[in-house]
Amino acid sequence: MKPRIFAAALSAATVIVLSGCSTSAPLNTAGTNSKETFVVGSQDYYSNEIIAETYAQALEAAGYPVERQLRIGQREAYLPEIEAGQIDLVPEYTGPALQHWQPGTTARLADAVYADLQEAVPENLRVLEQSPATDQDAYVVTREFADRWNLTTIADLAKVTEPLTLGGNSEGETRPNGPRGLKDKYGVDVAFTPIEDGGGPLTVKALQDNDVQLAIIYTADPSIQKNDLVVLQDPEGLFLASNVVPVASDDINDEAATLINKISSVMTAKELIALNARSVDEKLPAATIAKDWLTAKSLI
Amino acid sequence: MTLVFETLAWLNDSARWAGSNGITQRLLEHLAVTAGVVLVGAAIALPVGITVGHTHRGRTVVAALAGAARAIPTLGLLTILGLALGIGLQAPVLALIVLAVPSLLAGAYAGVENVSPATVDAARASGMSELQIIVLVELPLAAPIILGGVRAATLQVVATATLAAYVADVGLGRYLYAGLKTRDYPQMLAGAVLLMILALLLELLLSAVQRAGRRVASPSGSQLPHHA
Repeated sequence: MKPRIFAAALSAATVIVLSGCSTSAPLNTAGTNSKETFVVGSQDYYSNEIIAETYAQALEAAGYPVERQLRIGQREAYLPEIEAGQIDLVPEYTGPALQHWQPGTTARLADAVYADLQEAVPENLRVLEQSPATDQDAYVVTREFADRWNLTTIADLAKVTEPLTLGGNSEGETRPNGPRGLKDKYGVDVAFTPIEDGGGPLTVKALQDNDVQLAIIYTADPSIQKNDLVVLQDPEGLFLASNVVPVASDDINDEAATLINKISSVMTAKELIALNARSVDEKLPAATIAKDWLTAKSLI
Repeated sequence: MTLVFETLAWLNDSARWAGSNGITQRLLEHLAVTAGVVLVGAAIALPVGITVGHTHRGRTVVAALAGAARAIPTLGLLTILGLALGIGLQAPVLALIVLAVPSLLAGAYAGVENVSPATVDAARASGMSELQIIVLVELPLAAPIILGGVRAATLQVVATATLAAYVADVGLGRYLYAGLKTRDYPQMLAGAVLLMILALLLELLLSAVQRAGRRVASPSGSQLPHHA
């Protein structure tokens, strides 16, 4: 038995060591931002990378040298980099960014969140104008289910007389926007089933099979359109508004900021979904998708 | 070290052991999935493996199929099956059966095949039917190796049955997924520790069964069990 106990202890130790690693900074490229070059970063998320590419290419087209630090990691990894001045520009999302800098925030709806975010960003940073494009969690149902019960908002779920089951990643069960939030804000009772694919094909299948009636899927996910799902409106702000918003360092001058604001205003929710669909369906690289879009919108 | 203490505290909270999301319930679910998968897997694999071992026919085909099945990534298979069957226990149970079958099959045919041909011939010469040879001679002699296959399959399944929680509200995997996504590492580690303990207990149990099987295969004082 001795070697087995040792092996168990070793694997436990490995878990502990590995969990310690995840917090260390992934970038060690100190001093790469001279005044002339803009460093554009992005989250490790395909849709975010496409947006970052539109920023980078628009800046390049205007004659600025650009260095790309794309798909750096998640928020915990790249926001310290931008705070430290290693990155000049990164596409963010208003709600999650606000929660990062102001964890206790009670703002929920788009304009309030954006206003608070402008106050909450650290000294050397600013947020540019927010885009109408959103990428946030939302409750979706099938078209058939929405029509049968005449649903447009989450509150309408109260009219459904059948038992409702919500399917989503297991963290959804305890999050404030999960079953508890549905009960508190809308008075809707739902059961919960874990489906660990983050609103992916298994979740869609479960909706179509009526194994679950409700699921959480990102609003910018092309599968909503493709599978004819209906996003329920959220008037009470159960989900934090999450509009695309560029976070910029003070190095980004007004001319560059104007360029980026132009992109933000043209990139509506529909446009963003179309961009994401080209990545999901056609498997095109972010740079190509961004270039085609900027050209089509006469932004470069 | 704090993580270890937080994990112990998590496990030590008696409120966590009760209820439909309680540790007791999750352990039982996990055990039930494991037992069900190994039983169904054995019902499929043992007859095939014993037939192959007894007749010495089809070994190459079965070995190749079992080898190929071992290479299938269970999570990938689970996703494909899930897309066909929907969420719930069916997809993970089927994927786990595919995981269990190769070890069970290998144990069964290797065990039966390795029984000395002289012993089998002697049994045949003494007038035993083929069924009698299998049941009274080959199976007792092959028991340690067959049980070795059961033991290996059980360990693989109990460790991988966490995947049941990927598409169903079942088993210890719930703690792993919930902990992973919310950075609740004490919960995640507690789930892993519970799983390790369960796996070790099953190992102890099955190694005792395997030792008992060995005593059947070579009891002291006689070489072969006499048929009735």
